[in-house]
Amino acid sequence: MTIIVLIKQVPDMEKVKFDREKGRIDRSSAGTEINPFDLNALEAALVIAEKTGAKVAAVSMGPPQAEESLREAIARGADEGILLSDAKFGGSDVKATSSLLSAAIRKIGSYDLIIAGIQTVDGDTGQVGPEVAGILNIPHISNVESIRDFTEESIEVVSNVWEGQYLKRGKYPLLMTVTKDVNVPRLPNFKNKMKARKAEITKWDCSDLKEIIDESRLGVKGSPTKVKKIEVPAQSQREGKIFKDSSSEAVLEMLDVFKKSRVLNKEV
Amino acid sequence: MEEKEYTGVLVFAEQKKGDIHKVAYELLGKGKTLADKLNCSLMAVVLGHPDINVKELVYRGADKVYHIEDEMIFSVPDEVVYAENLVELIKDIKPEICLFGATTFGRSLAPRVAAVLETGLTADCTDLSIDDDMKLIQIRPAFSENILAHIKSDNYPQMATVRYKEFDEADRDETNTGEIIKINALKSGNSLVEVIEEISNENINIADADVVVSAGVGIKSTEDLKMIQELALLLGGEVGASRALVETGILSKSHQVGYSGNRVKPKIYIACGISGAPQHLAGMKESGIIIAINNDPSAPIFKVADYSIVGDIYKIIPELIETIKNEELRVKNY
Ligand SMILES: Cc1cc2nc3c(=O)[nH]c(=O)nc-3n(C[C@H](O)[C@H](O)[C@H](O)COP(=O)(O)OP(=O)(O)OC[C@H]3O[C@@H](n4cnc5c(N)ncnc54)[C@H](O)[C@@H]3O)c2cc1C
Ligand SMILES: Nc1ncnc2c1ncn2[C@@H]1O[C@H](COP(=O)(O)O)[C@@H](O)[C@H]1O
Repeated sequence: MTIIVLIKQVPDMEKVKFDREKGRIDRSSAGTEINPFDLNALEAALVIAEKTGAKVAAVSMGPPQAEESLREAIARGADEGILLSDAKFGGSDVKATSSLLSAAIRKIGSYDLIIAGIQTVDGDTGQVGPEVAGILNIPHISNVESIRDFTEESIEVVSNVWEGQYLKRGKYPLLMTVTKDVNVPRLPNFKNKMKARKAEITKWDCSDLKEIIDESRLGVKGSPTKVKKIEVPAQSQREGKIFKDSSSEAVLEMLDVFKKSRVLNKEV
Repeated sequence: MEEKEYTGVLVFAEQKKGDIHKVAYELLGKGKTLADKLNCSLMAVVLGHPDINVKELVYRGADKVYHIEDEMIFSVPDEVVYAENLVELIKDIKPEICLFGATTFGRSLAPRVAAVLETGLTADCTDLSIDDDMKLIQIRPAFSENILAHIKSDNYPQMATVRYKEFDEADRDETNTGEIIKINALKSGNSLVEVIEEISNENINIADADVVVSAGVGIKSTEDLKMIQELALLLGGEVGASRALVETGILSKSHQVGYSGNRVKPKIYIACGISGAPQHLAGMKESGIIIAINNDPSAPIFKVADYSIVGDIYKIIPELIETIKNEELRVKNY
């Protein structure tokens, strides 16, 4: 059994700076990390692999330094890492990213389960997972909050979708997207760290994939959506009225606010 | 003039058990503005049971409603069968704009549709307008809500998911007329994913509440949560929670407010013992009035609050409850 995990290297959101004047994101202002939700995706794969003996391959599209995040994935327990990197991949939107990831998955050939994070903290669309499933023409289950059971043929999960929680069972091949609730990611251990240091990361560029996907579908050329402008809105701040010492004053004023907003529940 | 290949604005009207999600009416409201500007028709599509009252969509301004009917297959959230049927319809009617609510289901479904149609898709828009060249401008937050990007698509249809509660609902007018086109389901989906059951969810509808009283880890136990629940009840509201509180197990995930929980926009939001991490703010900062109670004067939640109450929730909340109750007694005794 083969499980593919899609991971993206993202800037550390706590540190990244946004330039309001120029409407720019200064990515160099922050370090990078694996997208937090993708760590949950990786953990889910590792748990399944422990029981089924599946092989876990982490796949990432990004600049050459995204190799680090693949090494980290191996340090956490993945068997191999595949980096999709080429200047021609730059500027990819959801469609181009999903097309490239799907092409790489096709090149890998046999797979059973693909796991993606529910969203990235930078691109922030949550679309890449379902779109990859759409392109590969395999079903997907989104917003997976817990994994109830699995075998080498199928998996049973709880999906938070459609204003409810649904128990779904999917046969492979299948793609699922996971939330933070699905598990707590493990940390790298010593043995795997050693392995990660020596691991050979597979690198594919445009020419490695040319039999599967045409260049015109990748990068800026393959991206129908174009960012025309970026605004960095002022952090929403309100002129708060502060109550420090007198709780009774605060309480009376709140009562007034509730009355004015007509929210006091008459039925109680 | 050359006839345009793609024309019209199409709104996907999500339904569950026959009830149309209110985001559909918001999309029709905004869709009407777009359609008027483009001088084209406003359309809606519903996939579901033949009995659904799709006329409501006409009352809300749709010129044409496509009702793709089946008694069974649309009664569970099966993205594959929904997508296959939508793709067939969209290929046939060729709308220039196609809008989905950014609900959990919409966000899962729209990318599958866009993938097959090989067109662009913009996620989670908070505003839409028409540019001078008659193309759709899609405005969306990104980078964990730190920026707003203005996006245009080169391909047709121009597709977007749009957040719930960003636009006003379209006015309802029973004199509106429109055409209802009924179609039998074209595709019957997949056998690979089976929806076994809906695990009965506590029926909380925090996104629709006028008042949300949220608790953070300032609340120490299930027992202490009672005062939060009582305050919510007195205000006719729902109980929310920070992620950190959900992690303690005191409240379930369905109560979580924030980036990875519910986004809420109530008239009044009360944050009790919540620090105000950016991921929490992402889910509530658009609320009408924000009240924060926290004993740490430097808590970031105070930066977004209209009323900042520095103090102990264990003292303030019971006082607030008492005061409200006394007030009600006074009103009743008149
Ligand atoms: C990818 C990602 C997604 C996330 N998504 C979410 C999300 O959707 N929603 C969310 O909420 N968080 C989310 N988080 C977590 C978030 O970063 C914070 O950890 C969390 O919001 C903190 O919760 P809290 O305010 O309850 O706890 P804390 O930060 O610990 O704050 C508790 C507050 O209570 C106050 N307090 C304590 N005792 C009292 C008392 N007796 N009276 C008054 N005040 C008191 C303290 O002063 C403190 O300010 C996410 C994090 C990540 C990395
Ligand atoms: N460049 C990428 N490389 C690998 N996986 C990605 C990439 N971008 C997105 N993904 C996957 O798709 C998920 C959703 O991303 P997004 O649509 O950007 O929010 C992520 O959590 C990843 O699992």
